[in-house]
Parts: sequence; structure tokens; C-alpha cells
Amino acid sequence: MSGVEQQDNNMDKITNRFEDGAEDAELGQALESFKQCVDAWSDAAYSRPRTVEQTVRRRSWRLAVGWALGCVLVAGSVSGGLFERQHQIELKQRANRERAAEQQKQVQQQQARAQVTDEDLLSDVDSDVSRQVPSAMEPLAQMMSVDETK
Amino acid sequence: MRILEAAVNSGAVRASTWVMAAGTALKAMTMPTAGDIAAEEFSRVVERHRPQIFRFLLSSTRDVDLAETLTQECFLKAHRNWSSFRGESSAMTWLMRIAINLQKDHWRNRRMQFWRTTRTNSVDLDEASEWLPSGESSVEQQLLARERVKQVWTAVKGLSERQRTVFLLRYVEEQELSEIATATGLSEGTVKAHLSRAVGRVRLELGGKR
Repeated sequence: MSGVEQQDNNMDKITNRFEDGAEDAELGQALESFKQCVDAWSDAAYSRPRTVEQTVRRRSWRLAVGWALGCVLVAGSVSGGLFERQHQIELKQRANRERAAEQQKQVQQQQARAQVTDEDLLSDVDSDVSRQVPSAMEPLAQMMSVDETK
Repeated sequence: MRILEAAVNSGAVRASTWVMAAGTALKAMTMPTAGDIAAEEFSRVVERHRPQIFRFLLSSTRDVDLAETLTQECFLKAHRNWSSFRGESSAMTWLMRIAINLQKDHWRNRRMQFWRTTRTNSVDLDEASEWLPSGESSVEQQLLARERVKQVWTAVKGLSERQRTVFLLRYVEEQELSEIATATGLSEGTVKAHLSRAVGRVRLELGGKR
């Protein structure tokens, strides 16, 4: 028997075994049930809602959350900056007001001081004037000065 | 073209001469080209064979997501090479050949990435066996059938890649041996041998658990 013939015989044996297997009732039932199972699973999996949509939805949800957080962050930074700027302006204004008040106070003090000096001056003048001898008393004053020389 | 069609549809109230002129232009533009015909033909092939390709890949991998991905890749590849399909075999056999090669490539790449080998999304055998339709059989018969299906899944899991492919093509896709031979690139004799070993393994599993 040649090698090719022997191979054919082996193949026939295998085929016969396979056909015997197909005739096996229990095996046949098991294979049929297996096919039904695969069909049912495949049909269910094939007609299920695609995960792509879920992914897109999840992605869009994440995107929305990201945007919202970003917006909150930007708004916070901007409002923080504005608040800080406003605070600085208020501080400056308060300092200016205080400085102005100080200056005004100094002016008032100077004015008050100047006022006091004038009054003093006037009183001095008054006293000087009061010490001057009126012309009507001139002869008497001369007599007093003669007596003093004597 | 769609814009033109929409324009024609929305222009129903306009002067009839304008519509006629537009209709003439539309007729001239809708003459199908060879590319249009090929695209239509391909879309019909996709519609007809997609569930079968998906089913084969699902039964091979027991992973719904992976089966979907590989099905997409299969039809993408088929679309790219559609012009080179000469019809020497049926479209289904051609597509199945692409799917088998993609599956092989996937497992080869997966083996290369050793850290991925531990991670698999394949469902376990119990879950895979739960999809048996109840029909009109009794609860006992259902349980028995489920047990048998689980045993077949166990046997299939233990088969080599080729044996599994041949077995699934024969008993799930119900293909002829010649078709299996064309799809797998094996001779019919080799297909018979793989099938015999696979059936022997299934029989052993069924007999051993009695």
C-alpha cells in the first residue's frame, strides 16, 4: 500500500468516525443546543444598544463637567482679581481721605495759631497805645522830666 | 445631490417650469456610476452577512466587545479590498476568511503584549451557557440542555485555534466542508481531521460528565 493510499484510508476512518459522531443522538442534541445558545446570545448581543452611544454620552457628560469646572475656575479667578483691585482702590481712597484730613487739620491748626498771634499783636498794640501820653498831658510830663533832671 | 433633491421637494409650490428644469438636472446627476453600484452591492453584503460574522467571532472569543470590534475591522478591511474580490468563492466565505485572519492577528498581538494576557473580557462558561432559549421543554430538560451546552463550551475552550474555528464553522455556522476549507485555507482532508478531533473532544467531555 502506497503512502498516499494509506493517508486516504486514515482520512476515511476519520470521516467515518465523524459521521458516527453525527449519528450519536446525545451528541447531536448537545450540538443543536449549543448552536441555539450561540444564536440566542449573538442575537441579543447584536441587537443591544451600542456602547458607542454610552461612551459618547459619558464623554459629553465629562466634557460638560470639565467645562463647568473650568468656567467656575475662570469666574473665580476673575472675580477674585476684581475684588482685589476694588480692595486696593478702597485702601488708596481711604489713605487719600486720611491724608487730606490730616492736611486739613494742619491747616486748621496753622490758622488757629495765626489767629492767636494776631490777637496777641492787637493786644500789644493796645497796650503800647495805652502807654502813650496824650497831648493834653504834655506840659505835666515835661515838668516831671525837669524835676527828674534836677 | 441630496441638496438638489431637497430643493426639488421643497419647491413644489414654485413654478412648474423650474421644477421640470430641476428634475431634468436631477435625472442627469443620478445616473449611477460603477462606484455607486459597487457601494450599494457592498452595503447589501454587509447587511446580509454582518450578523453571521459577528456570531462566529462571538462564539470564538466569548467577548461581545471584542467580537464587535473585530466585526467592524473585518468589514472595514473588506470594504478596502472589495474591488479585488473576484467572486471565486462566495462573499460569506471571503468575509469569513478575513474574520479568521483578523482573529489570528488579534491573538498573536495579544500574546506579544504579555501584560494583557492576564486580562480578558471573555464571559465565563456558565454565563455563556445561560443563553439557551427555553422553548416548550420542561425545567428538567432545560437544565439538562444547559449542562450539555456548558460541557460543549468547556470542550470548545480546550480546542486548539484551528480545531475551534473548524468546529464552530461546521456546527454553528453550518458551513460545508469545502466552504470551511476555502475559508481557513486548509485542505478538506485537514478540515475533516480537525473536525474529527474536535468532535472527539466534545464527545469525551459529554461522556466524562455523565
